[in-house]
Amino acid sequence: MDKIKVKICRGTTCFVMGGDVIKSISDTVKEKYGDKVEIETVRCLKMCQSANAFSAAPYVYIDGTIISSANVEKVVNVLESKLNK
Amino acid sequence: MSETPELETKRLKREVLIRIIKAFMSDNFAENVRLIPYDMRPKGSEVPFRCCVYKERAVLRSRTIAGLGFAMEDDDERTLLSDFANRALERKRPESEPLTVLQNACKGCPSARVFVTELCQNCVAKPCMKACRFGALDSNGNRAVIDNTKCKRCGLCMTACPYHAIVKTIVPCEEACPVGAIAKGEDGLAYIDSQKCISCGKCVSACPFGAPHAKSQVIDILKHIKQGREVIAMFAPALIGHLPCKPEQVQDAFLKIGFSAVYEVAQGADITAKTEAKDFKERLDQGQPFMTTSCCAGYNELVKKHLPEIKPYVSDAKTPLYYTAEIVKKEHPNAVTVFISPCFAKRREVLDNPNINYLMSFEELGAVLIALGIEIDAGSEKEFSYQSSKEAREFALSGGVARSVQAAWKGDENAIKPVLINGLDKTAIRNLKMYANTGKCAEGNLIEVMCCTGGCIAGNACLGIVKEAQKKVSDYGNQGQSLKTAGEKRND
Repeated sequence: MDKIKVKICRGTTCFVMGGDVIKSISDTVKEKYGDKVEIETVRCLKMCQSANAFSAAPYVYIDGTIISSANVEKVVNVLESKLNK
Repeated sequence: MSETPELETKRLKREVLIRIIKAFMSDNFAENVRLIPYDMRPKGSEVPFRCCVYKERAVLRSRTIAGLGFAMEDDDERTLLSDFANRALERKRPESEPLTVLQNACKGCPSARVFVTELCQNCVAKPCMKACRFGALDSNGNRAVIDNTKCKRCGLCMTACPYHAIVKTIVPCEEACPVGAIAKGEDGLAYIDSQKCISCGKCVSACPFGAPHAKSQVIDILKHIKQGREVIAMFAPALIGHLPCKPEQVQDAFLKIGFSAVYEVAQGADITAKTEAKDFKERLDQGQPFMTTSCCAGYNELVKKHLPEIKPYVSDAKTPLYYTAEIVKKEHPNAVTVFISPCFAKRREVLDNPNINYLMSFEELGAVLIALGIEIDAGSEKEFSYQSSKEAREFALSGGVARSVQAAWKGDENAIKPVLINGLDKTAIRNLKMYANTGKCAEGNLIEVMCCTGGCIAGNACLGIVKEAQKKVSDYGNQGQSLKTAGEKRND
């Protein structure tokens, strides 16, 4: 099975809108899913660029899906549904 | 900021701020401010938090008023947001009180009380009734009931109940306030008593409805920048932990916003550390039993308003901000100076110091960066002309101020016994009162007081999470030279 890629945006907008806390899942995810999941922080997913898209930051990319207004709970839910497919 | 319910209210506050700043940068500030509640909750939009879209807009209107820097007390509910926007532009001096409560955002939570739940088994032994010293408990035949006129909320019945059937409900803002400055009024809504308030902002973080709110000065600051004035940023050491970039990129971000120069308040922290070490030595030589630090604005307000008896024990050293502003004003006498702050409590200090004009919180700085589309992580790197010490950079961590005094200490190192008050709550205040009244502190002699648990990196207007901020601040500290080794080379 291919690894599931998670990209957490660490751009200014995502950080200010509460993205810092999402990085904290790295350790628990690694512990729980080992190398089935690969987490990286990326400079900017460019999701916030259009007119008022900043309001739905932070953004997280998981294997083709973009999560807006992301928080730990949402990211873990999407991750689990992808893993259980 | 940890993953707590407050994240949602913080996001709302930040979004409003970003929209206010965007409106300010547009060619029709007043009209675009008027539209903020409608842009955020347009016709037919979802109603995520309140009962209906109209209530959502009303609360957003209040957040906009506070974001423009006004108190809710100034709102007659019929003034247009566009008029508030124009008033903000005309304002010469910002509001004095840092905090306000958005009454329409306040839920008017049930009063704090002890309550018997349906888990009560109406047992034979009735330990709750026996435990109560005020005769407030009785049985209605099915379960125990509490007479709220007699109940003192001591909680003895709760611990006595073998079923854990008795609970204590709280009002989050009242519970969080260490000095009893916020309380429900007769209408059930929260009000702040400015005579008692120390602006610590604990109520702002505690309220899950986001009702207590800071009054922003961001428009006042941007106005000066737009007018082409020389505006200088002095940023608190905690900021390094709350931006997603390298410390060397921080200057570039401020210059892009339009500030003309940037100073680290860590520069002043070096002076505070040395002055405080000297002060402490003199006090110990004179036989004073202990001394407290003097850099936390929340603590200084506490001393002034609630704890005057401890004043003789508070160090005479000024805050890092004080010394930094003094240097800045010497080098740039005509500049408008802005303190970039992790907390609201510093607003009082800024107001009282003629060398400092405004305060911009980390949250507001973040909003400015987003509104102006500044990607700080892509900025150019530049070192500060003054290299602050390791200890000054770590001033913002709990224990950091005490460590800086130890590093600047000339004499027997074992003479210093630090005591850390890591977070001002009711217990900490009781302890401080006891030290002052008895003139004794059994735990040590250098009492470092920080209002926020974790230090300034956990301030109520911060952006990132405390754990990450702590790491970034320590990393930056480790790149600096220690006051211990640098002491001789520096000009004291």
